[in-house]
Order: sequence, then structure tokens, then C-alpha cells
Amino acid sequence: MAVRRYQDYLDKNRLPHMWCPGCGDGIILRAYTEALVELDLAPKEVVTVTGIGCWGKADDYLTTQAFHGTHGRALAFATGIKLANPDLHVVTLMGDGDAVTIGGNHFIHAARRNIDLTAIVTNNYNYGMTGGQYSATTPLESKTTTSPKGTPEPGFNVCLLAEAAGANFVARTTAYHATALKNLIKDAITHKGFSLVEVISPCPTYFGRFNGNSSAVNMFNWLKDSAVPISKYGKMTAEEQAERFAVGTLVKKERPDFYTTYRRIHRASQQPKGGE
Amino acid sequence: MIRPYGVQFMQGNEACVYGAIDAGARFYGGYPITPSSEIAELSAELLPQVDGIFLQMEDEIGSIATIIGASAAGKKSYTATSGPGFSLMQENLGMAVYAEVPIVLINIQRNGPSTALATRPAQGDVMQSRWGTHGDHPIIVLSPASVQECYDLTVRAFNLSEKYRIPVILLGDEVIGHMRESLIIPELDELKIINRKTPSAPAEGFKPYTPGEDDIPAIPPYGTDHIVHISSSCHDESGYSHNAPQTADKLVRRLHRKIENNKTDIVQVEWFGPDDAEVTLIAYGVVSRAAKQAVIDAQKEGLSVNLLRLITQWPFADEQVREALKKAKAVIVPELNLGQVVLEVERTNSFKTPVFPLSRIDGEIILPSQIVERIKEVLK
Ligand SMILES: Cc1ncc(C[n+]2csc(CCOP(=O)(O)OP(=O)(O)O)c2C)c(N)n1
Ligand code: SF4
Repeated sequence: MAVRRYQDYLDKNRLPHMWCPGCGDGIILRAYTEALVELDLAPKEVVTVTGIGCWGKADDYLTTQAFHGTHGRALAFATGIKLANPDLHVVTLMGDGDAVTIGGNHFIHAARRNIDLTAIVTNNYNYGMTGGQYSATTPLESKTTTSPKGTPEPGFNVCLLAEAAGANFVARTTAYHATALKNLIKDAITHKGFSLVEVISPCPTYFGRFNGNSSAVNMFNWLKDSAVPISKYGKMTAEEQAERFAVGTLVKKERPDFYTTYRRIHRASQQPKGGE
Repeated sequence: MIRPYGVQFMQGNEACVYGAIDAGARFYGGYPITPSSEIAELSAELLPQVDGIFLQMEDEIGSIATIIGASAAGKKSYTATSGPGFSLMQENLGMAVYAEVPIVLINIQRNGPSTALATRPAQGDVMQSRWGTHGDHPIIVLSPASVQECYDLTVRAFNLSEKYRIPVILLGDEVIGHMRESLIIPELDELKIINRKTPSAPAEGFKPYTPGEDDIPAIPPYGTDHIVHISSSCHDESGYSHNAPQTADKLVRRLHRKIENNKTDIVQVEWFGPDDAEVTLIAYGVVSRAAKQAVIDAQKEGLSVNLLRLITQWPFADEQVREALKKAKAVIVPELNLGQVVLEVERTNSFKTPVFPLSRIDGEIILPSQIVERIKEVLK
């Protein structure tokens, strides 16, 4: 078969997409499809499980197998899909609302169980789809449509949360760093166990506009300036760190995934017993 | 796994698990809750022995989601719960109806609302099982009244779910789930097992939601050459989201049609007692056992009473209930709630037959003597 191109994973009849000009989602979708090309995975071998939100709309354009579920539950659906057919490559696409706000419980438990799937979490610091309300990643005192004077809640660090819960692979990058993003998605898909790629992404329409950054160009510049490779980030003072975030592969572990452990335990118990 | 067969003695909840595994279920996802937990415990023991997966999820929202995912990937899947957990499952129950993913949900009802009397029986979820998830939707609900039926109706729940691609709820109650009695488990080759149909259309240009003449689509599991797109959003035959008004209308009407047009296949009832009785009892689940005894006791007192037992709770047995209303001078509907099925009986009552409720909501069961008392009151 001819070498696939990223366009083969996109249904051109379903384009143009619904995302606003300057939104990061289109870049992330392209990086995902390019990763699939380079991993040589056929559309039928991949199940893309999406949440509900702007980023959750991504399955509308994809030619892979797909499951577009309910808000926040992508990882729970994906867990069933993966365990029922471990040969499938299961990739969940979730917004920060999906992944760590309404779906936070499934997020920590999928990481703890170490289900062999990949989560690509687009963190735009707010709920794009419903008009820019605050989420569990919105930084303290940011303005959103439900925090017009600034949110009194601090936001989660998504990668730390995944690491603490037990994820095998944790990486962060931004929609500005498209090539790094593609490579991290490839690493995440090939790494066994629960893998997270957090992508900091601009939502100029809401989060940017309410927080002094309505121009997409400004937002991409802000991503470029704030993202610091993990090796460098560790050497920064707390003050320098406060304005920035670490990017790159943050965690890489080889803890056995759920399915491997499940099968090992039950095979062992089914060995015929020796003795009298 | 050592499969029991022939005459056995076990609990209703246990019989459900044997029924599920015999029907071909190989995936359980659930969160423990009284009085259903024995279903989880026995599933945890048995499923790994048949190469299946048992997964204890973090909550009931995740439980139903994970079995929907597993079913979409080709494994017959089930969960078990009770009131509070059933409430948490409602959103995704609608997703399974809309996306036509077969699953079986066992709800062993307990007293409510809220935590209430957690260990006591009730039948308060009859309307919730019909209307609990939002939006217009069909559903199939079966109501076992014995340990034998816990087994038989679990098998049937999977068969109906696979055939019509719809979630099927087995709506038991604490007494039926926990009591022990004997049952006969058939040999595997005596069982009729239905599996979802597979597509005959080629993979190229395949549209998974193209319905057959029976209004049922042949959607393959993930992992074949056929690309499957499953969506909780309004979708056309390709499975991709499509927001046109006529698409929305067409889909929901088809979902209803595939059930409504097959009521003769789906609806099961049992008649007990004389054909032409003066009073007809309409009952289901644990209460139908007391009602049977009441028919016998009433007869001894010279009263003419029979019973229409609803085995299929939803879709409602309109036709059979109408027949009862037409023949009887009065109808009594005893149930462990403040009157849920009685409303449906009244809805189908075009004969002006007097219809009387008999309610109990204190966590105790309705006794045959209470029903006989009610019959006498009604006949006065
Ligand atoms: C149970 C439920 N609650 C609320 C909603 C409404 N809703 C849809 S998308 C969304 C937030 C999406 O935010 P996020 O996941 O961050 O994705 P984004 O739109 O920013 O890409 C909300 C609250 C819903 N669909 N379901
Ligand atoms: S609202 Fe924000 S997240 Fe949604 S498409 Fe527009 S820019 Fe992107």
C-alpha cells in the first residue's frame, strides 16, 4: 500500500472545521494525524475517543475509528474499548474541562490503573465550547465569563496530577511547538501504559480576549516565551518559574499496565495445583 | 469455570451472573452497592476464568461508560447497581440508546429516594427506568419474580439487547436479588443465544448506521476492516455528527419504531388464576408472588380473582392490560411505590373500569393478606 499522508486521516468532505481563527485545535489535530502517519498505523487500527467541547469535535474530521461520548467520560469509554480489544490503539482527545474538571475522577483512576492508552489534553484554560467559563485549570484570578472579576480558585497542574496518580508517560508542550508536539504524541502512543500529552493551546476568542490577549499572534508569542524545556526549567528560581511552564517529557516509567497485570494474576491463579 | 447446570439452589443475584456468562457476557464494569454487590463479587470470581474482564470502576458514571466502550469493541457487557448508582448512570444510558450500543444494566431496587433504607426492597425505579435519561427514547426493561427468572431474564436481556441494539435493564428488587430458591439451569446447547448482526456491506464507503428493513443497523465492533464512528451527538447513517432537523427527527423516530414494531416479540406477561375473574391484580417482581398467593387465598374465600404479571415492564404491555381492563369489574395494582405502574394502567383504561392502587413504601413487602383485604374493600 502507498505510504499514507496525514490527509488520509482527515475527511476532506467534512472540512472546513468549526474552530475559530487562531485556535490551537487545528494544529494539534494535524500533529496527531502526522504522528499516526509516522507510526504507520492504519485508520482501522486506531480508535479516537473524544469528549465534548471544541477539541471534542475533532472526531468529526477524522477517518480513524471513533467514539464521541459524553462530557468528561472519554477515559471511561476508552478503558472499556481498550480492555475489550487490547490490539487497538486507543487515543483520547479531551479539553481541560473534559479531562480534569468534570472528568477528573476518571483521569486520576485511568492513570492509577495504568490503562494502556493515550490522552491528548488540550489545555486552553477555559471552556471554549460553552462560551469561556472557568475550568479546573484556569489560573487564579483569571477573568472568564463566570469569573468576570477573576477566579478565586487556583488551577490544577495537569501533568503533576497525572504523575501523582501514576501515569507511565507524561509530557507537556504547546500548540506553538508543532514538531515537538507530533514527536511527543508518537512517544506517548508507543509507550505502554497510561500516557498523557498536555498541550497548552490558545483560545483567543474567550480566554485570550478576557485576559488581555485577544490577538492569536500575541497568544502564540506568549506560548513561545512561556514554554521552557524541562532541563532548563529545573534550574530556574521560583520567581522565574511562576511566569513559565516546563515542556518536554516529564515522566517516563515502565510500570506494567493494567491488562498485563490482570492477565498475570489470573493466569497464576489458574495454574493446576501440585501436591497430593 | 465449572458451570452449574440442572437443578441448582442459589441466590437471585448469583443466578444473574450465571445467566450473563451463559449469554456470552465477557465484560463487567461496576461499583459496589447494596443490594446488588453479590453480582459484582461473583462476576469478579468467574469472568477471569472465561477470559473475561472484571473491572471495579471509580463510580457508576464510569461503570456504564466502560461497558458501553467494551460493547462497542465487541464484548457483551453488563453492570449491576441499585438506586443511587442507577441515578448516576442515567446520562450514559441515554448515550447507549442513542448510539445503539447493546448493554445490560441490572438494577436491584432498594428503598428510596436518596440513601433511604439501603437494605430494604422497593419498586420505586419503574418510572426512572423508563424516563430517567433525558430526551425521547425507547427502552426495554424486564422484571424477574424468581431466582429462575433472574437467570432466564438475564439471558433474555442480552438477547434482546443484541437483537435490537438497545440497553436492556433487568429491574429486580432486594428480595428477588437476595432470596435463595431452586432453579433449573439448562445445558448450554439448549439455550437460545442471539448475537448482534454483522454487516454484509463492504468496508469501502461503509455507513455503520444504515438500518436494515427491520430498522436495526448492523454495526461491527471496532477492530475489523469496517470503520465505525459512534457518536452521542445527532448523527446520520455514517455515524458522524449531522445537525439537520430532518436527521434528528428521522433518527429518534427510527429508534422508537424498532422497539414499538416488535412489541409482540419483546412483551411477555403471565396470567394466573381463572380466565374470567371479577377482580384482576396487575403486579410484577416480588409483589407478584404475594399476588399469586392472594389469588389462591381469595378463591378459598369464594372471591373470583386473577393476576396479570408483567414480565416485560417496558415497553408497556398495553394490549394485555387493556384485555384485563375490558374483562374485569375492577383492577388492583399492588406495588412497592406510591403508584407508578397504576398510572400506566389508567392511561390504557378506555373502559372506565375502576382501577385501585395498593402501595407500600416502608421497606417491607406487601403480604398476600393485605391484597385480599384490598380485594374485599374494592368489592364492597
Ligand atoms: C454533563 C454535561 N455538562 C455540561 C455540558 C456542557 N459543556 C459542553 S462542552 C463544555 C466544556 C468544554 O470545555 P473543555 O473540555 O475544556 O473543551 P474546549 O471546549 O475548551 O475545547 C461544557 C461545560 C455537557 N455537554 N455535559
Ligand atoms: S472558542 Fe476557543 S477553543 Fe473553541 S474553537 Fe474558538 S478559539 Fe478554539
